[in-house]
Amino acid sequence: MLRLNTKEIEAVGKTTRSDQVIARISTNPNLPAAVRSSHIFLAKKSDELPGGFSYVFCLEDSLKNEDIKASDVSDVYQIPQYLNFVGDGDIVRFNPLKGMLNVLYRKSSAFNALLVTERCNNFCLMCSQPPKDIDDSYIVQDLLKAIPLMSRSSPEICITGGEPTLLGDDLLRLLKALKGNLPSTAVHVLSNGRRFSDPEFTAKMATINHHDLMYGIPVYSDVSNIHDYVVQADGAFDETIRGILNLKQNGQRVEIRVVLHKQTYKRLPQLAMFLARNLLFVDHVALMGLENMGFTKFNMDDLWIDPYDYQKELRDAVEILHRYRMNVSIYNLQLCLLDDWLKPFARKSDLPQFLRTVN
Amino acid sequence: MLSPPKGKFRSLDTFNESLAVGYKLLPFRFIRLDSNRYVLTNEVGEFIVVDDNTLRELVSKVLQPNSDIYNDLKAKHFLFDDDSNVALDLLSLKVRSKYEQLSQFTGLHLFVVTLRCDHSCPYCQVSRQSDDRLAFDMSKETAAKGLELTFKSPSPNIKIEFQGGEPLLNFELIKWIVIEAERMNEVHKRDLQFVITTNLSQINDEILEFARQHGILFSTSLDGPEYIHKANRPRPGDDSYTRTISGINRIRESIGPDSVSALMTTTEKSLGSVKEIIDEYVQQGFHHIFLRPLSPYGFAIKTRWYERYDVDRWLDFYFEGLDYILKLNKDGLPFVEIYASIILNKMFSPFGTTYVDLMSPAGHGIAVIAFNYDGEVYASDESRMLAEMGDKTFRLGNIHKNTYEEMMLSDTLLDALEQSITESVPSCNDCAFQPYCGSDPTFHYATQKDVVGHKAFSAFCRRNMAIMRRLVTLLTDDADARRILMSWVRI
Repeated sequence: MLRLNTKEIEAVGKTTRSDQVIARISTNPNLPAAVRSSHIFLAKKSDELPGGFSYVFCLEDSLKNEDIKASDVSDVYQIPQYLNFVGDGDIVRFNPLKGMLNVLYRKSSAFNALLVTERCNNFCLMCSQPPKDIDDSYIVQDLLKAIPLMSRSSPEICITGGEPTLLGDDLLRLLKALKGNLPSTAVHVLSNGRRFSDPEFTAKMATINHHDLMYGIPVYSDVSNIHDYVVQADGAFDETIRGILNLKQNGQRVEIRVVLHKQTYKRLPQLAMFLARNLLFVDHVALMGLENMGFTKFNMDDLWIDPYDYQKELRDAVEILHRYRMNVSIYNLQLCLLDDWLKPFARKSDLPQFLRTVN
Repeated sequence: MLSPPKGKFRSLDTFNESLAVGYKLLPFRFIRLDSNRYVLTNEVGEFIVVDDNTLRELVSKVLQPNSDIYNDLKAKHFLFDDDSNVALDLLSLKVRSKYEQLSQFTGLHLFVVTLRCDHSCPYCQVSRQSDDRLAFDMSKETAAKGLELTFKSPSPNIKIEFQGGEPLLNFELIKWIVIEAERMNEVHKRDLQFVITTNLSQINDEILEFARQHGILFSTSLDGPEYIHKANRPRPGDDSYTRTISGINRIRESIGPDSVSALMTTTEKSLGSVKEIIDEYVQQGFHHIFLRPLSPYGFAIKTRWYERYDVDRWLDFYFEGLDYILKLNKDGLPFVEIYASIILNKMFSPFGTTYVDLMSPAGHGIAVIAFNYDGEVYASDESRMLAEMGDKTFRLGNIHKNTYEEMMLSDTLLDALEQSITESVPSCNDCAFQPYCGSDPTFHYATQKDVVGHKAFSAFCRRNMAIMRRLVTLLTDDADARRILMSWVRI
């Protein structure tokens, strides 16, 4: 797994500034001077260090410290080897005072996930990104700076959290920025859907009129109290279902996401029937194997079931959804564990590892 | 790294506390399925089979909260509790979907272009005329008025079906109607479809080429193997079977394999031969069969063929056929019985049916309308069959004398519709099969002289209850049958 964040960046030689930047990485020493200030130059071994960039990075052991110190160029930082994947067009947040670097966006990746807040109103047993009750509104401000720097050839951006809708109008701003700056990029918003139970909020979000936007919303059970238990929030089921209804009423695309584990597998066929009978109009149903991340470790006893042991329930559920012509996919399960009939429904996971913010 | 949040998580039990104060029932109906089980259906046709004791516990409100059956009933919207009331939103949405098609109004428009026929079937339900009497042909003026009325319907899907007699005996008028309808549709922009209901004896290259160019579908009659078909459907030369089969093959070759469908009618002669009849359909390359009883109209009454078997004998025939079809499927041949598939769609699809007999309110006038050769307008195919027997009860008016509004707002139509709403019909209103059933006002009028009819004496009721019981039982008890039956549902 790539490490996207570090606090181990050290300056080499003299520094003239120490402000935090959101900047695009460039390996082009001939980049026109007019745009250099919004870029960080990433030096390769043989490069002469060019001037005019906001900062200059060189990979650990690639340039001799004496050579750097001898050159005219200031504000040069050495980045550790584990960040050697960083390349042209990537976007980073760099704070020289803390020596902190966060890779916000990778141009070479078909799927980039933007963590927009760590706050959440659910507390899911198997949360892969445990929520924090903090003021992290700066993240959106940083992302609003980063989005105009992203490549227009990006196939897909995922908005994740925490719960993105807790941002309210800031989420609106973020999605508008994505729409305006990346006119051919698909956007996938991972939300618990509860905020969309507010018809006014949903109608306002729908005014974005994005060309390719899907809301991915989890429904873990056909029974309200079981869903509420999995997400550890009373009343969540009703809000989520009403949210989905409001989104579809406003012509938004919705994906239902179900994580498969000990609390969800038993009623999986019943959940499939519930979705077919009540939410037939959703655009996609994603059934996903459990990932051993975040809270999952702490709730292993309540969550773990060998995927081999729920193949019957999984097959029954997929048969029902498929029969109702719902678009259904299976993610995060080893093909060798899957019932043969299910294999055509298995997809390669389309989400990269989540970008973790280190504070 | 995070510290383990153990203790921050609440147990499932704490989320069940709101269930302890009890639950409320949502509207549902129940009926005995067999000696120890009931079938429960809710307002939108979701069903569940429970034993006697569970039903008693459910209605006494002593079901164990969070038990499997409690959760099943809650998720299928038979009950709701303090934990969740989104069921009410979902139910109302489902009711709206189920009745949505009513707002589309009439889709099927029957043009009886002639009552003449070259066959002399003793069971003919339309009282055909011998084929040399032009007085029984529709005129171009009548057809033009019919098209005017057709495009008054707000439905986005307009199907024009040519009926007879044998409609191909007046092919010139069919051509005129098709071309005129297409011309009118350049303005109206509906999804326009044509079907010719024909015995195929008159098919020729000109007809085939015209049908191919205009995407016209054919619906024909095939009663089974040659000896049954010929006995049911005599014509001069004793060649009705070979003409039908050769017609089917010619259509498939020149237009396409799915351009022709066939219907069978059960006569006394068919009763012991359901497997042979089904095999005939399989051998002729059909993927489905519609096992249909005779209807009480026309020559079927006059010749008394209608009385030659009762509903119980027909049901034996039907169930033997259904079992055989399920076996064909189990043995690897996908094959569908259409009537069961219509009911299964009512059970599992969110939408209502457009099959006229199983609609509530009835499809009379609002799903189907018939323009007779003589310009008389009837509320259904069966209504004009009744009219040919001298009873014009369901006559809505005359194409040349009455306006669309006069006919569609006539008491004749509105009264029949109002009385056909099974939600309020005596003994339908509390029947668990109500969501799957319909009312056939013409049938009940023809058999009981009353559009509602006493259901205890209704063959329609007896037939449908028996079939629905059988389907629910198969769906509940037989996993293989359930898989096959579910594959007949078209969402």
